[in-house]
Amino acid sequence: MIKIENLKAAIETDDGEKEILKGVSLDIPAGQVHAIMGPNGAGKSTLSYVLSGREEYTVTGGSFEMDAQDMLELAPEERAAAGLFLAFQYPVEIPGVNMSTFLKTALNSVRKQRGEDELDALSMLKLIKAKCADLGISEDMMKRAVNVGFSGGEKKRNEVLQMAMLEPKFCVLDETDSGLDIDALKIVADGVNAMRSPERAFLVITHYQRLLDYIKPDVVHIMAEGKIVKTGGPELAKELEDKGYANVIGEAA
Amino acid sequence: MGATEETIQQIKSMAGKYEAGFVTDIETDKAPKGLSEEIVRLISSKKNEPEWMLQWRLKAFQRWLEMPEPDWQKPKFPKIDYQDIHYYAAPKSMANKPKSLDEVDPELLKTYEKLGIPLKEQEILAGVQKPVAVDVVFDSVSVATTFKEKLKEAGVIFCSISEAIQNHPDLVKKYIGSVVPPGDNKHACLNSAVFTDGSFVYVPEGVRCPMELSTYFRINELNTGQFERTLIIADKGAYVSYLEGCTAPMRDENQLHAAVVELIAHDDAEIKYSTVQNWYPGNFETGQGGVYNFVTKRGLCEGRNSKISWTQVETGSAITWKYPSCILKGDHSQGEFYSVAITNGRQQADTGTKMIHIGKNTKSRIVAKGISAGKSDQTYRGLVKIMPKAQGARNFTQCDSLLIGDQCGAHTVPYIESRNKTANLEHEATTSKISEDQLFYCMQRGIGEEEALALIVNGFAREVMQHLPMEFAVEAQKLVGISLEGSVG
Ligand SMILES: Nc1ncnc2c1ncn2[C@@H]1O[C@H](COP(=O)(O)OP(=O)(O)OP(=O)(O)O)[C@@H](O)[C@H]1O
Ligand SMILES: [Mg+2]
Repeated sequence: MIKIENLKAAIETDDGEKEILKGVSLDIPAGQVHAIMGPNGAGKSTLSYVLSGREEYTVTGGSFEMDAQDMLELAPEERAAAGLFLAFQYPVEIPGVNMSTFLKTALNSVRKQRGEDELDALSMLKLIKAKCADLGISEDMMKRAVNVGFSGGEKKRNEVLQMAMLEPKFCVLDETDSGLDIDALKIVADGVNAMRSPERAFLVITHYQRLLDYIKPDVVHIMAEGKIVKTGGPELAKELEDKGYANVIGEAA
Repeated sequence: MGATEETIQQIKSMAGKYEAGFVTDIETDKAPKGLSEEIVRLISSKKNEPEWMLQWRLKAFQRWLEMPEPDWQKPKFPKIDYQDIHYYAAPKSMANKPKSLDEVDPELLKTYEKLGIPLKEQEILAGVQKPVAVDVVFDSVSVATTFKEKLKEAGVIFCSISEAIQNHPDLVKKYIGSVVPPGDNKHACLNSAVFTDGSFVYVPEGVRCPMELSTYFRINELNTGQFERTLIIADKGAYVSYLEGCTAPMRDENQLHAAVVELIAHDDAEIKYSTVQNWYPGNFETGQGGVYNFVTKRGLCEGRNSKISWTQVETGSAITWKYPSCILKGDHSQGEFYSVAITNGRQQADTGTKMIHIGKNTKSRIVAKGISAGKSDQTYRGLVKIMPKAQGARNFTQCDSLLIGDQCGAHTVPYIESRNKTANLEHEATTSKISEDQLFYCMQRGIGEEEALALIVNGFAREVMQHLPMEFAVEAQKLVGISLEGSVG
């Protein structure tokens, strides 16, 4: 379902073009969860941005297809409508825009692009209520500005809430576990697990084996210096936890 | 005799030198271009005004001839050719003022229908929205005022200024020019000489106006200026909320709009004045055409505990020159100014406020949000002045500028003059660029770039937008989006 082949991307810096992704290939069949681990600065977040079409990054090579559709030629909002969702490592604050307005605008934009009717105010409210309840998010939060003054954990939960609302086909979660307390981690993991289905694919970026105890991956990749350097089963995450990146990557290299 | 012919005759009898005659239009009765004493007399006679009003106008006209143009504002533009403007234009069908909406030219009604301004009371009452009383001004005349009867029951007078001059001369005489004297500035002076219509509101002692009042201004005719005059008086303990909206068709020529608004709040009275200004901004690329919006708005908090609150959403006009102000004369009186100004394309805006603290324990609050996009340029200009007797005066000022793209400009020019040591003044200002992170976050959620921009800008302006009457808030939010079109991507 997800086919990423030899994807290369660069960014314009003051000292010229800097290549960050140096040929990433991933194959994620529908229904599977793949995890990516890797040291700081490996390019994990960059991969998530490039997949979702952030303008600052220039794709210099390779391809990215979802259900055989070329995603690279779509604008970010079109990729979202096609079913790509990114839970941000650092969710962005939008002062003055309250959560319910934001959710409503997002869902209706996506529905419109998918050729579906916009949801009326009442159905929207009901849906938001239900999803909040699932994720243990208080409804008061829906009256607050997007991510403004949210605690680290609240921000992450809010990402999963949006994911649940938009019902994507391909979910990329960038360190959604960091900053979560143990109970919240479980709630978020339950939220993600509830969305697992044979039609959906997940790419979970994390530094910690702990998350993978809750969200069981089918495949674990290790990324370093802009490339996937090792791929294995869930046991690879455990190995990392025991030995550390230096040893595991060293072996691969 | 047809209306136009009649006008020709009138002019001839007054001046006898207009060989060129009139630009005749099937629908419009227009005075010839140019400004002269005769034109001032014509306007006054068209409106059947009493002698004192005519004299007041003529005095203003004499003054205007001598006054210099203001030149301290940032926007610069070619000298206005005052002789190239029509100072009076009225739909012909309005020659005999229709007594009810049924008599109004259907073409005119259609114009307002197209603009989304409901005029039929029955339809409004049947609608889902809370009813709003409207006075509609088309070029130089008021076309209709709705819900007059209902307001009359409450004792509220809401009519066009022309009617007020006829029916409530004492009130008009007492208050007109009392807050903005004709000699205040050249534009206000011009208005005093040639004002054609506008709204008049009087809310008697102890009355809370039962509904929102609003006026809708439209400039339709080519090369026609609009000079409306609005006068609102809230007597002791009264409350009124008033909103004005404005549009003009696209014209390659600049149109001049020089309005004067005067508000008077007596003891314990409150006036809330909101503006959604959407005059034609001129050509997006070249800047050709558009309205010159030179407006003098001022409120006098005459009484103790009185309050005047200005809220403005300024999105249109080629050039905006506008500083809605409050004179806080009564002890414990309060002035507020909430402003969102958006400039795009080649627009230029120089806008802000003046808060003049005269009475004791007077309070003012200024929240100005400026959004500049395209190749536009915007200046916030504000004055907070504390007079020697304004013991315990307080002001809070917040100015935030948001830049979209790197070809626009934003400037903040706050003046503070404090002549009382007990005054407490706070000023905060920020300038930021539209955040790529915010835009991308929205777009990742499926929201298109322009809609994302509108969402973020509405959020940025929220503190101001939430002061608009509910009935207009949704429209104003949409307008924010529309006026930013073409500024990203
Ligand atoms: N806008 C940018 N300008 C310059 N360098 C950038 C930019 N964005 C990313 N980089 C660089 O690209 C590399 C990869 O960054 P990225 O954020 O993708 O790493 P990561 O694997 O997500 O790290 P972490 O585990 O710390 O989140 C880093 O060296 C980073 O400094
Ligand atoms: Mg990262």
